[in-house]
Parts: sequence; C-alpha cells; structure tokens
Amino acid sequence: MTTETIPAPAPSVAHRKSKKTPRAQTARTVKYLLLIVFLLVVLIPAYVLLVTSFKSFSEALGPNRWALPSGLSFEGWTAAWSELSPALGRTLLLAIPGAMISSMLGAMNGFVLSRWRFPGANLVFTLMLFGMFIPYQAVMVPLLEFLPMTGLQPGVPQLLAVHIVYGIPICTLIFRNYFQTIIPKELIESGKVDGAGLLRTFRSLILPLSVPGFVVTMIWQFTSIWNDYLFAVFLSNKDNGPVILGLANLAGSQIVPYPEVFAGALIVTAPTLLVYIILGRWFVGGLMAGAVKS
Amino acid sequence: MASVRTWGPGLLMVSPSILLIGFFVYGLIGWSLNISTTNQNSRFERAPGTSPDAHIGLGNYATLFSDPSFIASLKHLGILAVVYIVGALFFGMLWALLLEKGVRGEALFRNVYLFPMAVSMFASGVVWNWLLNSDTGKGASGLNQLFDMVGLGFLKNHWWVSSPTWGIAAIALPAIWQLSGYIMALFLAGFRGIPSELREAARIDGASEFQLYRLVLFPQLSPIALSALIILGHMSLKMFDIIMAISGEKNVYTSVPMVTMWTLTGQQDFARAAAVAMILLVLVALLVVPYLVHNARQERNS
Repeated sequence: MTTETIPAPAPSVAHRKSKKTPRAQTARTVKYLLLIVFLLVVLIPAYVLLVTSFKSFSEALGPNRWALPSGLSFEGWTAAWSELSPALGRTLLLAIPGAMISSMLGAMNGFVLSRWRFPGANLVFTLMLFGMFIPYQAVMVPLLEFLPMTGLQPGVPQLLAVHIVYGIPICTLIFRNYFQTIIPKELIESGKVDGAGLLRTFRSLILPLSVPGFVVTMIWQFTSIWNDYLFAVFLSNKDNGPVILGLANLAGSQIVPYPEVFAGALIVTAPTLLVYIILGRWFVGGLMAGAVKS
Repeated sequence: MASVRTWGPGLLMVSPSILLIGFFVYGLIGWSLNISTTNQNSRFERAPGTSPDAHIGLGNYATLFSDPSFIASLKHLGILAVVYIVGALFFGMLWALLLEKGVRGEALFRNVYLFPMAVSMFASGVVWNWLLNSDTGKGASGLNQLFDMVGLGFLKNHWWVSSPTWGIAAIALPAIWQLSGYIMALFLAGFRGIPSELREAARIDGASEFQLYRLVLFPQLSPIALSALIILGHMSLKMFDIIMAISGEKNVYTSVPMVTMWTLTGQQDFARAAAVAMILLVLVALLVVPYLVHNARQERNS
C-alpha cells in the first residue's frame, strides 16, 4: 500500500516471451489490438463530454453529434460555471473536514483493533464493517427526523456529521489492515513493558508511521463525499448542499442544454479526477483495502 | 491474562466510534424498522380516523408485495444486478488477463481502464443519458448514431426503453463501464501476488498455458473473486445515482426499489419508504453477513 499497489510482473516471467514464434507474434498483436480497442471504448464518454461542452447550444443539437466542434464556444462553460461555482466552496468545506475527521477516528480505531486489542475487539470490528455495506436508505427516514433534533443546520453541517459517521467503517478497515502490515506486535509489546501508555504510543510511535494510511483514507473519503448524491439529495437542496445537486438541477431541465450540462459534469468531476491523476497510486490503495486482505 | 488497565484505554479510544456506529447504524436501522410498521403514510393513504403512530404490523410490507409495480421493480433490480455483476467481472477479468504478464504501456492502459471509478456516478449518468438515446431512426444520436457511423448499425436499439422488463439491463452498461477497471485492478493485484515459482514449477511439469491458468492461477484468485462478487453485489443494490441521472425518478421502465424509496419519501409516505429500505437492507445482509462471518472466522483461525 505504501509504494506500488499493483507490483510489476516478475522479470523472469516477462523475459521468457523473448523467443517469438509466429503464433506468439499473432497472439501479441491481437492482445495489443484488444487493449487499444478497450482503451478507446472506455474513453468514449470522456470524448463526448469534452467535445460537446465546447459546442454552441445550437450546434450540440445539430446532426453531427459526434463531430468535433466547428469552433470553440464557451457558452456552456460560462453558463455552467455561474450555476455551479457557488456550491464548489461549500462542497470543499464539506469534503475536506469530513475526510480529515473520519480518517483520524479511523486511525484511532485501526490502531486499537489491530495492536491494542481488548476482549471483543473482533466482534466490534465486524459490527463496524457491516456499517460500510448497508444501503443508506435503511437509515434515511430516521435521519430526516433525527438530524433537525440535533440543532445542526441543514445543508453542510448535517451532511458533514453524516459523512463523518458513515466514513468510520472504511477508514477503520484501511488503517487496521495497514497497521497489521507495518507495525510488528513486538514493537508495541516492548513499549508496554517500558510503561508507555496508549496515548503516548499512539502519538509518538503510530501517528508518525501513519502518513501513507492517511493519504489513502483522505483520498477515499474526499472522493466519496465529493461524489455522494444519495445523502445530498435526501438531506439538502441545491442552495445549501454540495455541487452535485447543482449538476442534477442543470440536467433536470425540460430541454437539456447539453454543452452546459456536460461542462457542469466536467466541473464536478475535475477535483476527484485531479486527485486520481496526481495521487492515483494511493487512490488504488484505498480501493484495494476493502477487498484484498493483508 | 491482560488486565483492564492494559486494554481499558484502548476500548476508551474506540468508544466514540462504537457509540456513533451503534446509534447511527444499528439504532437508526431499528428506528426505520419501527417506522415501517406504523401508519405514517401520506395523508391520502392513511385509513380515516387512525393515528399515524399506530402500529399496523407488517401491513406496509403486505401492501408493497401486492403492488405489481413494486414486484416489477424487484425484478428490475435482479436483472440489473446480474447483468452488472457478470459484465463487470467479465471485463475486469479480461483486462487483467490481457495485462497480467506485463505489456508495453501497461500503466497507461491500467490508468485509463480505472479512471471511471474516480468519476461520480451521477456525473457519468449525465453522459450516459446522452449516449443511450433511444432514437434509432434518421435522427439517431448517442451510441446509436455512432453504430451507424462505424457500420455497426445492427447494434442499434432502444436501450432502456426497449422493453419494460429487460430495458433495465441497459442501465447496467454505465455501471459496468464504471466498475470494470476496479475489478481489473483487484485481479491484477491477485495475479501479481502469486509467487512466480508457482508458474515456473507448473511449466517445468509440462502444463500448457491453458492448464496453468485453470489449475494453478485461477484457484489462487478465488478469495479475490469472492470479494469482487460481494463488492459488486452490494453496489448493485445501491444503484441510485445512475438511474436518477439517466432515466429519472418517474420512469417505469427503470424503476428499482432504491428509486421507489426516494419517491415515497417525497410523498411523505415515510412508513412505506422505510419498509422498502428494510427490504433492501435484508437483501444486502443476505449477501454480506455470511461474508463478514466467514472473514472473521478465517482471521481467528490464522
């Protein structure tokens, strides 16, 4: 998880292929052909988004919907930006603290559940994990009733509380796996003999080692909060909620102005895509944590 | 035997999370269950003269299961889940197989295949709404127009409006697009985790390439395949964003319980909304609980 999540193949295997029979040659060509075709297919939606977003409203409704724009038009982008920009700050204000707080709780839980265990720790862990899989519809009706009782304002404050809580299980899982891999049991035991308490061990020994874990959970949480639509649509509206509701509002009009909606989709996607491009390695780390046991 | 003084602080450190999860997951599920057995339906639905808080047992569930449109939405969910799981497993596995021995430009292929995972489901639904345009005639657009352009016109179809039962399968397409790269990454990590001695040994024993995969490599991947199945399975039961973005709330062709629950909430029919949610929860639990128990057992044994 710290370095390469998907290691390169063992060199001995890769080099064996150097002696090429004609049949192996054909197989190789077919393989690359397939890889390239799939690459293009996967990129189709990205092409459509980009190309259409730079068309004028009238050209987007024209006959050549797959063609490149005849000239760059920023009609869609300006319209989408003025609709969505107010919500962008709000969404950051939701996603960043949400990611930080869940990660911190996850680090504390992950540490205790892997290296400072108490009787019943496994049961607690399994019960927490279940919280990661539930369809959130199962808690939604009571949330609608309960959240206003807490005094939290609708919109960002209520969503923040919800995202922090429901982010705990995955962050706990990631940190637990991580600590189990990198921190030897003996290290903690010897510290205990020396009389190091839990807080001191956590602060001076564990936290400094946790940076890669935090990168993974922060990315994971940031992405899921940023992309969340379910909680957003139930608990907030386009004037106090995250930017995804602004996009939903654009897409929901009777005659959909595609350049504007697609520019909007690109604006909404940009932050998480940027995170993926810059920190892709760690992004994959978070994805793996849920499925590949250490 | 460790004393409380040793493990006590640990428990204390986890206690905020235990309380939060205890209340927000288990407490609220109980609360939902309770609401689902009451009369809190919208004003028009409630029997005259009854209190909204009166408990009516499983009445809301009975109403749902006797409603043909709810049964249709459950069927939709089943079709959606199967097409989605099979599709994502197929492409994920295929891409992993193509990449696992190492190819030139592997990072590029891998990163592109995986990128849809970083896109919000709703945002991708917005594009797929355009791509899955149901017009097949002269004015065809979206994928249908593309099929015409590249000479694959026979592939043209009405997508999700093609059939009230099977149209939902088209909705699985964007979901497969989104998740296949993830499944690929899982399998790829699995392939790379297999010690190379195992392959070498099989080759020395004279195993053909096909035998190598079937008898040596695939069995090693079964834990990952199980995880992938669980992940895809529970995600298929949570598909909401994509449907809301592509076909919208009111479309009968793509109705699924996740969307029905939203509609009922909007109608203030909280009891029935909660009942739908409980049905979804049971479906997820049937899938996930055995998996979690299996994992916990395995860990105890190791």
